[in-house]
Amino acid sequence: MAPANTPHAKTQFGYRRHPDQDRSGSSPAEHPVVIVGAGPVGLSLAIDLAQRGQRVVLLDDADRIGEGSRAICFSKRSLEYWDRLGVGDRMVDKGVVWSVGRIFHGEQQLYQFNLLPEDGHKRPAFINLQQYYAEAYLVDRINELPEIDLRWRNKVTALEQRNDSAVLTIETPEGAYRLHAQYVIACDGARSSLRQMVGAEFAGQVFEDQFLIADVKMTAEFPTERWFWFDPPFHAGRSALLHRQPDDVWRIDLQLNRYADPVLEKKPENVRPRIARMLGHDKFEFEWISLYKFQCRRMDRFIHGRVIFAGDSAHQVSPFGARGANSGLEDAENLSWKLDRVLRGKSPAGLLESYHIERSMAADENIRESTRSTDFMAPNSHQEARLRKAVLALAKETEFGKRMVNGGRLSVPCSYETPLSSPDADAWAGGPRPGCSMLDAPVAERAYLTDAFRQGGTDFTLLSFSNGVAPDAPDGVKTIRIGGEKGLGDPSGLVARRYDAGPGAAYLLRPDGYVAARFRHPTREAIAAALSRAAGLN
Amino acid sequence: MPLSTSSNFARPDDAFRAIVEAHRGLTEEQSADFDATLVLILANHIGDIDVLREAIGLAKRRMIDGQQQQLQQQ
Repeated sequence: MAPANTPHAKTQFGYRRHPDQDRSGSSPAEHPVVIVGAGPVGLSLAIDLAQRGQRVVLLDDADRIGEGSRAICFSKRSLEYWDRLGVGDRMVDKGVVWSVGRIFHGEQQLYQFNLLPEDGHKRPAFINLQQYYAEAYLVDRINELPEIDLRWRNKVTALEQRNDSAVLTIETPEGAYRLHAQYVIACDGARSSLRQMVGAEFAGQVFEDQFLIADVKMTAEFPTERWFWFDPPFHAGRSALLHRQPDDVWRIDLQLNRYADPVLEKKPENVRPRIARMLGHDKFEFEWISLYKFQCRRMDRFIHGRVIFAGDSAHQVSPFGARGANSGLEDAENLSWKLDRVLRGKSPAGLLESYHIERSMAADENIRESTRSTDFMAPNSHQEARLRKAVLALAKETEFGKRMVNGGRLSVPCSYETPLSSPDADAWAGGPRPGCSMLDAPVAERAYLTDAFRQGGTDFTLLSFSNGVAPDAPDGVKTIRIGGEKGLGDPSGLVARRYDAGPGAAYLLRPDGYVAARFRHPTREAIAAALSRAAGLN
Repeated sequence: MPLSTSSNFARPDDAFRAIVEAHRGLTEEQSADFDATLVLILANHIGDIDVLREAIGLAKRRMIDGQQQQLQQQ
């Protein structure tokens, strides 16, 4: 239904025969990286690796971009990543920018929140954008990169793991062929067939409550905010969500009871009266209707031999909190630079283990947060419902009650406890500690620290604050200087403030923009030791 | 700061009485609602997750001990 409504984006692609298919089964073509699944995660990872100079084969079993708007909320962090991949502006130009959410109980507003209440960031807290637009823009970018070989209607049907490689059997409209890969990255979604092929469990908590998503097209006066209701007058006893997308499309999410008949509930003639009650009119058309239950679960290990899992194939969360696609994109940015270093022999294969450590930690955090939100929306027992009722009642007159109301805690980057970080040796009163994501700030009028970080490719970067002496950065480390004669400016003072940095201080940033180490008075030896640790060299 | 289990009220009977009286005239359901609300207010006032966890642990232990005593008496 949806792709028909996307006039500015190509969504249908053709199968093309590749010379690899002409090789005999006993001597398959060899490739360093094969990515399986051309969703937002696989597409982004392919671009990132290609920009680092890697050749990538990207396989997808379909020949078109998936139907329905699906993931719609993309976080600041994801936008900063997409900036590095060359698609950030396009996403933001098309997307609907928002940062304010409101929570209602019945007809009354309990409170509102602003996810980015301060100025001085290049990107907003969130944009809403239909997933099919995001995928279409990523495919357009891929077409500019000769390193990527995107093959539609190529379905992986078998996997053979060897000591130092994997062999895939791939089904196409013209028959099967085989590919030999040093690494296979499985970005093939929640129903991952690669996950089944490695025989990994995917256990977790199943939620019985059902939710109905309806994307409706209408012209409406609602502000561009996330509105969430507990027990709204138009949908008694349950929860509802209203959120704007581009093209006058609105996402409506209604909680149904756990015994609702999915076939009946999905019929437009049954959905229409519910939505009409919510909106107070029926001047809308359906774009997409979907009924879903969800699970919160993750794989035990994200790495199985030469197959590495990223995105929904590795972990699944409830949708309340925008932690699905955004965490998948964080997987991609975490994995890309590590895989690139390993393939170049610059770091040992052990560096990849830190991908599992860091991203499984993030998955646990996302699962914890989204499970708490879901339990709050759909209490599991009479007593849980009673406690929720008490919180909602207290929220009307107390600050602490408002803060306990959980209508979704929205995605923010995880802080890693990781062997790649060097612990602080100096005293810091603020700023991102090692294992945290870098913070943005203006370095000139309409120029930002995240721009400076991405310029010239993202590698290890020393962000230093001038004291008149240039810090001694080890070879292969990019430098960004704030202040001094040749340095960038800090017109609002926000860079120094957000990094709690005095003259001479320095931060060592990883290629994914995470802090590896920081120093009040850096020495060449200390920086080199931190670099070596962050690169998995000791 | 650990959970304080020494007597903190100058007049403990007044405190106990205040809670008892708050429940007077309530149905079982209303009493349970009231307790839930009161627990949340007091938990926030304490504002220390470790103390709260210790308090929850103590309450759980007393419940389990109570059940065991009941079983022994039967």
